Amino acid sequence: MVGHGEIRVVHRGGSKLHFRAPTISADSCFLACASGDCVKVFSTSTEECIHHLRGHTDLVTGTLLRPSNHLQLYSCSLDGTIRLWDFTDGILIKTFVVNLPIYSMVASAKHEGVVFVVTPTHELFQLVAVQLPPSPQQQGEVLDLSAVIDDVSSNPAATAFGREGEFIASVKGSRLEVYFFRKEKSFSLKENNEKNKKNTFTCVACHPKDDCIATGHEDGKIRLWRNLNQKKEYTYLTLHWHHAAVSSLCFTPQGTNLLSGGVESVLVQWRYKQENQKDFLPRLGGAITHISVSPDGVLFCTSHSDNKITVIKNNVKVSAVIQGLVKGERVRTDLLVDPRSKVLVLNGRPGHLQFYSLQRDKLLYNLDIVQQEFIHEDGLQQFEVVHAAFNSSGNWLATVEERQQKSADVELHLKLWAFQEQTQSSWFFWQFHPDWAPHEAQVTALSFCPSADHQTTMLVSTSKDGHFKAWAAAPDAHAANADAPDHTEGPSWSCDFVGTYHGLVPERCCFSADGSLLAVSFQKVVTLWNPNSWELVTTLSQPPGTIRHLCFGRLSCSKYLLGTTSENLLCCWNLLTCTLEWSTAVETTLLLDDPRSENVAAFSFQEGNTDLFVFKPNEPRPLFSHKAVCSGRVARAVFAPREELLEACEESSQWLNLSQLYFLTPHMDLMTFTTKVEEERLMASSKPLVINDSVAETPFSLLLGKHRRQHENEERVLSGSLLQTPAHVLPSTSFLCSMFVQSLLVSVTDSRSEEMASDNEEEDSEEEMEPSSRSERAPPPTDSTAAATAVAAPALTKAELRELKRVRRLDLSWLSGVCS
Amino acid sequence: MASFKPTKIQVYPKLGEKVTQDTLYWKDYKTPVQIKEFGAITNVDVSPVSPHNFAVTAFTRIHIYGPFSQEPLKTFTKFKDTAYCARFRSDGQLLVAGCEDSVVRLFDVSGKVALRMFKGHTKSVHVTDFTSDQYRIFTGSDDYTCRLWDMANATLINTYQEHTDYVRCGVTSKLNRDLFFTGSYDHTLKVFDARVDKSIMTMDHGQPVESVLLYPSEGLLVSAGGRFVKVWDLLKGGQPLVSLRNHHKTVTCLCLSSNGERLLSGSLDRHVKVYSTTSYKVVHNFDYDASILSLALAPDDESVIVGMTNGILSIKHRKSPEQSKEVPGQQKRRPSYRVFVKGKKRLPKQDDYLVSKPVKQHLAKYDKQLKKFNVSKALDTALETWRRLKKPEVTVAVIKELERRGTLKNALAGRDEQGLYHLLHFLIGNVVDPRFAPVLVTAAEMILDVYHSVIGQSPVVDRQLLRLQDLLEKEIDYQQDLLEVLGMLDTMFASSVPKMEVPWFSTSCSNGLTEGEARPPLHAI
Repeated sequence: MVGHGEIRVVHRGGSKLHFRAPTISADSCFLACASGDCVKVFSTSTEECIHHLRGHTDLVTGTLLRPSNHLQLYSCSLDGTIRLWDFTDGILIKTFVVNLPIYSMVASAKHEGVVFVVTPTHELFQLVAVQLPPSPQQQGEVLDLSAVIDDVSSNPAATAFGREGEFIASVKGSRLEVYFFRKEKSFSLKENNEKNKKNTFTCVACHPKDDCIATGHEDGKIRLWRNLNQKKEYTYLTLHWHHAAVSSLCFTPQGTNLLSGGVESVLVQWRYKQENQKDFLPRLGGAITHISVSPDGVLFCTSHSDNKITVIKNNVKVSAVIQGLVKGERVRTDLLVDPRSKVLVLNGRPGHLQFYSLQRDKLLYNLDIVQQEFIHEDGLQQFEVVHAAFNSSGNWLATVEERQQKSADVELHLKLWAFQEQTQSSWFFWQFHPDWAPHEAQVTALSFCPSADHQTTMLVSTSKDGHFKAWAAAPDAHAANADAPDHTEGPSWSCDFVGTYHGLVPERCCFSADGSLLAVSFQKVVTLWNPNSWELVTTLSQPPGTIRHLCFGRLSCSKYLLGTTSENLLCCWNLLTCTLEWSTAVETTLLLDDPRSENVAAFSFQEGNTDLFVFKPNEPRPLFSHKAVCSGRVARAVFAPREELLEACEESSQWLNLSQLYFLTPHMDLMTFTTKVEEERLMASSKPLVINDSVAETPFSLLLGKHRRQHENEERVLSGSLLQTPAHVLPSTSFLCSMFVQSLLVSVTDSRSEEMASDNEEEDSEEEMEPSSRSERAPPPTDSTAAATAVAAPALTKAELRELKRVRRLDLSWLSGVCS
Repeated sequence: MASFKPTKIQVYPKLGEKVTQDTLYWKDYKTPVQIKEFGAITNVDVSPVSPHNFAVTAFTRIHIYGPFSQEPLKTFTKFKDTAYCARFRSDGQLLVAGCEDSVVRLFDVSGKVALRMFKGHTKSVHVTDFTSDQYRIFTGSDDYTCRLWDMANATLINTYQEHTDYVRCGVTSKLNRDLFFTGSYDHTLKVFDARVDKSIMTMDHGQPVESVLLYPSEGLLVSAGGRFVKVWDLLKGGQPLVSLRNHHKTVTCLCLSSNGERLLSGSLDRHVKVYSTTSYKVVHNFDYDASILSLALAPDDESVIVGMTNGILSIKHRKSPEQSKEVPGQQKRRPSYRVFVKGKKRLPKQDDYLVSKPVKQHLAKYDKQLKKFNVSKALDTALETWRRLKKPEVTVAVIKELERRGTLKNALAGRDEQGLYHLLHFLIGNVVDPRFAPVLVTAAEMILDVYHSVIGQSPVVDRQLLRLQDLLEKEIDYQQDLLEVLGMLDTMFASSVPKMEVPWFSTSCSNGLTEGEARPPLHAI
């Protein structure tokens, strides 16, 4: 094993934003949200991430504004600590150690210094009141714990404080439990769950001013419970709009509205006490997981399952969207790098491709591939984007989407997208006739021909129907399109060639780097084709087992073809002799070539872990190897070209110089490899962001501020001296008044009057000098003006001097013409 | 908040012919006027002088119609047997016609009784024509002879006995008073000169000749016989120029368009084909109900007159310019342009505060209903009569969308007799269309699932279901036939394609050498 102390695996961006409900600051300017093991603070207006509050060592499970100080934020974590932050400055104020993993946290203004946390005790979860010690130390041990309710749900939506903190309500399963602090008694009721009714509680919210508890249910109903004080006399009102489980409920701070959301991705706003009036905000994206409201009721926030936070104004209009890397259930497309913008492209929301900037850890945009209304319903077969490919110049994108119907065959669409040169931002879909039946069965691979001339673009798709098809754009039309990209006219894509090999199913296809050879694997046989004449050049079939991956060597290794088989062999063929060069027994899950160098990366799976080998096909020794990169199989990875090249001299880290390797773990975490040098550079470049003073920049302040800055100095001097000197030593008011007013005037007018004066004098002097000869006339007037100005204003400001110089350079010959 | 994405209507590649200048020109006719005659219409001839009446020969009568009348202006009935080939003289005053009883009659167009009777043929006369000097008549008969008659005293000038079978077609030259051309069932075309006693040119058509036609320049001769239309170059001594085989039954009649750029041929296969006379490609095609026997075009292509075996005369008149213009004008009056640009041209001033107005998304009616999840209503909208008939792809797209949403069953269920009738009607019309079949087959299965309990309650629905069953059985047979043909073709291709040699080993060593060695023995043999 090569020493790899320099290179380590790091987590790269895209952690969950929708794990817990976000917290909005009191002034609705900031939004704090738990994300992995840190808390991110976003601006609600610019959508930028302002601070990462780092300190927890495990998953953060809740954030909460401190009820007594709205500039401070509590966060709790599975590591058993509660931390208090100043979130505007990003400073950790205090750490309270509870020593129990905390799953959620609630607090109320009535209970000063107490937070209520949900912690596990013997298989059950318990709601515990935690008395936070008011000690001034940075770190404090919490000892004062008292159980409030046993057996609660760990879901934070299942616990809520009632009217002004008088009671706390919690739901679990089909049981609602209310604990009254004054009576120190709890009240519980059970829903009738017979007759296949899906009455199970999912969430709870309490009205802030009224004794009313709203509960959401599995079957999409919302119940408003009242009169819980009297035993057995409670009443309830049922509201039903959602067709699936209500995932979150929230009252606005004044209690006028109730917000609810669920898998339908529609935010429903119910009027309290006029429940038949409701507002909808449909099509927000993924399923709504949490809803929160700012303390002043101006903003609502919804978290969505597609890793997104939507900021909504209280007039039910979306104002901002904070979007993280979307993690679907699985990434069907390979990880791709857009050759044009060098951003990562992968499956995002259903039916979309997401363009994710690796440098900025930000989702740039979602490209809607399917272009169909997404129906939020469980058990519905949706279209999925299964393959995508860019051509080498990045102006064409091919996508394949499919929908597996229950009984009938698979529905396929092949779409080709052209990049719009003019707007530089969007892709438009090229209407392409064969898109309704490109193949009869699932497409297994898709590859563009990396031809040097961009005149002909060729795409090869292989399918389980036993054919591989080559699609070509007509070259002349494509050239015309480059000049004037018109939506109606353009390259016509047509099927160029249909290839088969003994009725076997093609699995993989791959073009050589110069586009002169196409390798298509048909189960156990690799066939090599000439893409120009479409003749079968040769077949390679030495190794036993089905071919899993194929890739050509690059640059100096372009004579090699690499393949992996299901029999755990990694083979390398020499294309010049058509023989097997070498093979090793290693269970390879992924084989990947670096587009910028001859390096090839192979992820192999051994004993539950994935190892990485980086090698050159012509060298027997691997350049780099890393044991146990992560647990489970790595199925997706990509080499992303670096923006600026790295200059590492160590042999083991040289392969990272040109491009960077990103991979997705089975848990859909995006990881990468970094060197020490790079980390140091990153550390040096990242400086804490400085926020301006809290005064908002209103148009009025901008207007005033400009004025003020100009006069600040003079005014201060003059007015200061005016006010500080005793009145009896001051000159007369009439004298002072003009001075004072003068100081208030804008200085530009001063210089202009000055200029006028000098001009007049100049003209005078000109007339005096008229009789003298033309040749010697030029210098004297300047002298005289200089003298005149010197007399008029003994102390010249810089502006005046500049004006003088300009005047001297003026050509005054026209005057003589007038006079003669 | 994303906006509602409307149902995607699949764009299918356009089926059918391309719209060309020719299609537009030849489609620009009104619906045909149909007149029933007593028997098969064997000949139609248009008068060369205005008002371009036309003579229609059918059974024992000759009718003369005006250009726009549906009633005959004049009828000649003095035939004892079937009349043939009534033709106008170039001044439009006289008309000549042959007859089954071998007598050729000459009529004054305004008169009623035959002016002259030419007797001499021994069998029925199928072809008659005036020579271009207007004083002679040329006839051809089933007694294998062609004769030339003097009109004034009804005497025979000459007899040509060169054909060895019936003479069924012929034409006289419009430029030379002595030349005439005949076509016969002995497969030959002959050119005769009245000044000599023999034919001066003979061309072999290969099939019994049904019709001949001379170009206005008289340099080219067109003949029709069997399935072939052939063009002969007379100036090169009767050299065949082109042979067209676009009909699948005997071609019976030929005609040239007024400018001479299009050639029309009518056939027993019920089609009239229009050829370009420069490329000799078919540029347009007319369909008729019965086998076509005769065909004529009025001057300036004002009308297409076609006579058929079932005795129906079909006259298509060209649309007047106003009428053809009216078609777009008939659309609903839209708000004027000004309504749409109102206020759009105003540029905002520097200090203006812009209030952005949300752009309202326009949705089709079915999309609006889909947006509200009113699936049954959306399907009803998609099944509206005009949409169902004019744009079946929209209906299919809505059905597909409902299927994708998993609510197709709900949308299909709960229909009354009328609704189910429409649904089944649409299915019968489109289920075998390969573009729509995958979607409609699942829909049909669902309909049967939902409604199997009510089968037998409504005769209307039952009839439709039986039709659907018939249709599917036919389609299955058809597909089986197709598969059989495909299998046959596969075997043929497999046997005809030479075995591909493995390129790697053999080509490199066997290219030049082996070929060079293989040749000498061949020569020796």
